[in-house]
Amino acid sequence: METSSVPTPSPGGLPPALRGILPVLIAVPVLLLFDRLLASAPFATYLLSIMGVNVILAVSLNIVNGMTGQFSIGHAGFMAVGAYVAGVLSLSFKETALSFLPVAASDQVFLVVALLAGGAAAALCGFLVGLPSLRLRGDYLAIVTLGFGEIIRVVVQNTDAFGRALGLSGIPQTSSLAMVGFWVFLVVLVARRIAYSSHGRSLWAIREDEVAAEAMGVDTTGYKVRAFVVSAFFAGIAGGLFAHFVPIINPGSFTFVKSMEIVVMVVLGGLGSTTGAIVAAVFLTLLPEALRSAFTVMGAEGSLAQKVDQIRMPVYGLLLVALMLLRPQGLFGMKEIWEVLPRWLPRRRKGLA
Amino acid sequence: MAQLLQHLINGLAAGTIYALVALGYTMVYGVLKLINFAHGDVMMVGVYMGYATAFALGRQTQKTFLGVVLIFLVAMGGCALLGFLIERFAYRPLREKPRLTALITAIGISFALSYGFQLDIGFLPGAAPRAFPEIIQPTEWLVIGDRDVVVWNWQVMSLLIAVGLMVGLQWLVFKTRFGRAMRAVSYDHRVAALMGIPTDRVIAVTFMIGSGLAAGAGLLYAIKDTSVSPLMGLYVGLKAFVAAVIGGIGHVPGAVVGALLLGLVEEFVVGYAASTWRDAVAFGILILVLLVKPGGLFGRVAAEKV
Amino acid sequence: MSEAVKTLGEREPRPPLLTVEGLKVHYGAIQALKGVVLSVGKGEVVALIGANGAGKTSTLRAVSGMLKPSAGRITLAGQDITGMKAHLLVPRGMAHAPEGRGIFPNLTVQENLDLGAYLRSDTAEIAADQEKSFKLFPVLRERRKQLAGTLSGGEQQMLAIARALLSRPQLLLLDEPSLGLAPQVTETIFRTLREVNAAGMSILLVEQNAHLALSMAHYGYVLETGEVVMAGNGKALLESPEVRKAYLGE
Repeated sequence: METSSVPTPSPGGLPPALRGILPVLIAVPVLLLFDRLLASAPFATYLLSIMGVNVILAVSLNIVNGMTGQFSIGHAGFMAVGAYVAGVLSLSFKETALSFLPVAASDQVFLVVALLAGGAAAALCGFLVGLPSLRLRGDYLAIVTLGFGEIIRVVVQNTDAFGRALGLSGIPQTSSLAMVGFWVFLVVLVARRIAYSSHGRSLWAIREDEVAAEAMGVDTTGYKVRAFVVSAFFAGIAGGLFAHFVPIINPGSFTFVKSMEIVVMVVLGGLGSTTGAIVAAVFLTLLPEALRSAFTVMGAEGSLAQKVDQIRMPVYGLLLVALMLLRPQGLFGMKEIWEVLPRWLPRRRKGLA
Repeated sequence: MAQLLQHLINGLAAGTIYALVALGYTMVYGVLKLINFAHGDVMMVGVYMGYATAFALGRQTQKTFLGVVLIFLVAMGGCALLGFLIERFAYRPLREKPRLTALITAIGISFALSYGFQLDIGFLPGAAPRAFPEIIQPTEWLVIGDRDVVVWNWQVMSLLIAVGLMVGLQWLVFKTRFGRAMRAVSYDHRVAALMGIPTDRVIAVTFMIGSGLAAGAGLLYAIKDTSVSPLMGLYVGLKAFVAAVIGGIGHVPGAVVGALLLGLVEEFVVGYAASTWRDAVAFGILILVLLVKPGGLFGRVAAEKV
Repeated sequence: MSEAVKTLGEREPRPPLLTVEGLKVHYGAIQALKGVVLSVGKGEVVALIGANGAGKTSTLRAVSGMLKPSAGRITLAGQDITGMKAHLLVPRGMAHAPEGRGIFPNLTVQENLDLGAYLRSDTAEIAADQEKSFKLFPVLRERRKQLAGTLSGGEQQMLAIARALLSRPQLLLLDEPSLGLAPQVTETIFRTLREVNAAGMSILLVEQNAHLALSMAHYGYVLETGEVVMAGNGKALLESPEVRKAYLGE
């Protein structure tokens, strides 16, 4: 089956191409403004960057886990591929600059190139990992993705160029909130487009009933692999961004724990809901920070504040179990926030409206 | 030549332990069509139960025959109970729900156990590995030449236990009334209930047997490794799962053959290549098998039931 | 509810074995049964006919405990069995040969039969009963060591019925025993059903083939969109113009 994406009808009268770019045109200046405003608040910038990276990871994982009903639990592996490939590239071109551009601009060009390379490498891995889904059911694939994450870890630990267990440090810190925000917008845009295209409807069909979808002529395999490739690409981008604003990356940043964190975000938000993934990613990034500061403010001993990180993981596990038992559809189900929110708000009385 | 023989023996010994864990996976998959992700972690909990029992018995008693039997009984019984609780409260309520919900639950339990045990709050042991007491004094069972090839007593023991349990399981599944019920439940638990089979009980008992087996295997592993840690379940469990898939999941002898094969390959990679690559081997094989022969060596391709 | 049911012909008075009152079943938001009322007397053959999706299979499933009804009351031999699980109903004399035959293809014919007698421990009697079923369906004896999945459709149906009989039920629920079978095979199966009924077993029979079902049944019910719309003795229903028009294609 061809991928030819059906052009979406544009009720607004704008040409579809422009409509796609419009949000970006609005977003970039806003983000740049934010970037400037927060220039003197490094921790806020850092936290917002992490949040952005988590949103990219959650939204991209949702393309596979939420929309096709496959279940990947090795997303951190793709993130690692992106981080290491982009990181190594940036390290080797650290001293190079494009003479015809101002330094800052040249840095950004190199960053984007490194990110794209990282994303592409991750996408290639996504293709390889997605291939077994040709013939396998979801639960096998879960293990394959987990195994993939482990293989990546072992490869990194055995490769000198990747700094083995020590990791890579000194990667130029060229990432910015604007850059992170730009990719957040892009991944959301792509996820939305996929969800509303004929491609997206095929993915829904796979999720609902793979056998039936196949019987109706949906090329399930092709879609599943493509979903994997797109999802892995953005995870790679997220990894690349991450590598450019943290002081050091090492295999410890991309373990099963990180994969699980992303899984929890997607499940909590509601498998298939893009806005759900975003809300959950933001919430779960802030929660540990909030708890930590709360404990510190309350004057609890330092140990309790430190334990937040430790306790987080078993809590994630229990949260998954509790969600499946009590609210398997997560916060928003397969819907988006604007479809759900009005029902949650107290209904206005007719007379008042 | 002697070196090759030694690797062969070590590989088989490691494989038998994977085999015991893999049998549990395969049994549970057989009746529930669910990959019980938490299986390895249940095993880990069992090892800690054995550890605590050994500790309570004290240095002298834990090495006696009765002491060892008690340690195994406590661990296996405790794990059977844990398996029962997990099935009863986490999996049973989801039995009629989409398969993905049960899978996510299993992943959640696995995560809660393996990371919960890393806390050092209350009775939880904390993340650091602990030395597992030598409840079985390692002795050389067979020595060839000038210590060219050494076979240890625990290696022989685990091989015998694994083979014995495999034969026992085959008998249980194919020759007993309970086994018939298991196979009926495996095909369609709703129709099985129409025969008067208490399906919930059959599934629960299967879970308990699988979990008990895992605890036994975990203890053998801990004795071999002389250590216990919260993450051991994740790794041993995953490898056992790989073994089960190689053999064809749901297939009892297949699980054992797959496990022995995996043990051998890992041993040879460590012996002749580099030990740091060991953990990648299992997953490499897994991906290869799934691409080439997704049903495993002995299984049929599991087409999804409509 | 019952006022709407049109009743034709007399029903031979028998002590009741199964009674169903106001039975409702939901699949999620969809209501499959909207208050089914029916009964089966001791030694009676009762047919349940109706179009696809009328709720025949759901009725059987609710009676045998495969489905939990959302409302209503079911009694078997005077005892309330509403909502009881399937495996607890087998020892009370319920046997259900489900839609699509429900044999276990991964087990041998012999093992399938053994499962039919799962709750019995009277070895000698089981062997005798099995002999009886081999007499009814000699082909099963030849194939006893084969995997049930290798049997033909007709043979699988015979196995399903033989297996159901091995639990020595008072009440046999049958879902579409003639579906997809050649006429001679159907003939064999219905002859057998007459024989076991003559020996005293009650049968609740769901059939697409209304003619076949009603000519064997003492009494029949017509189901439409989850409700009983007509009831009557088999003969009277067969002769009723509505039934002839809607279900016998005349």
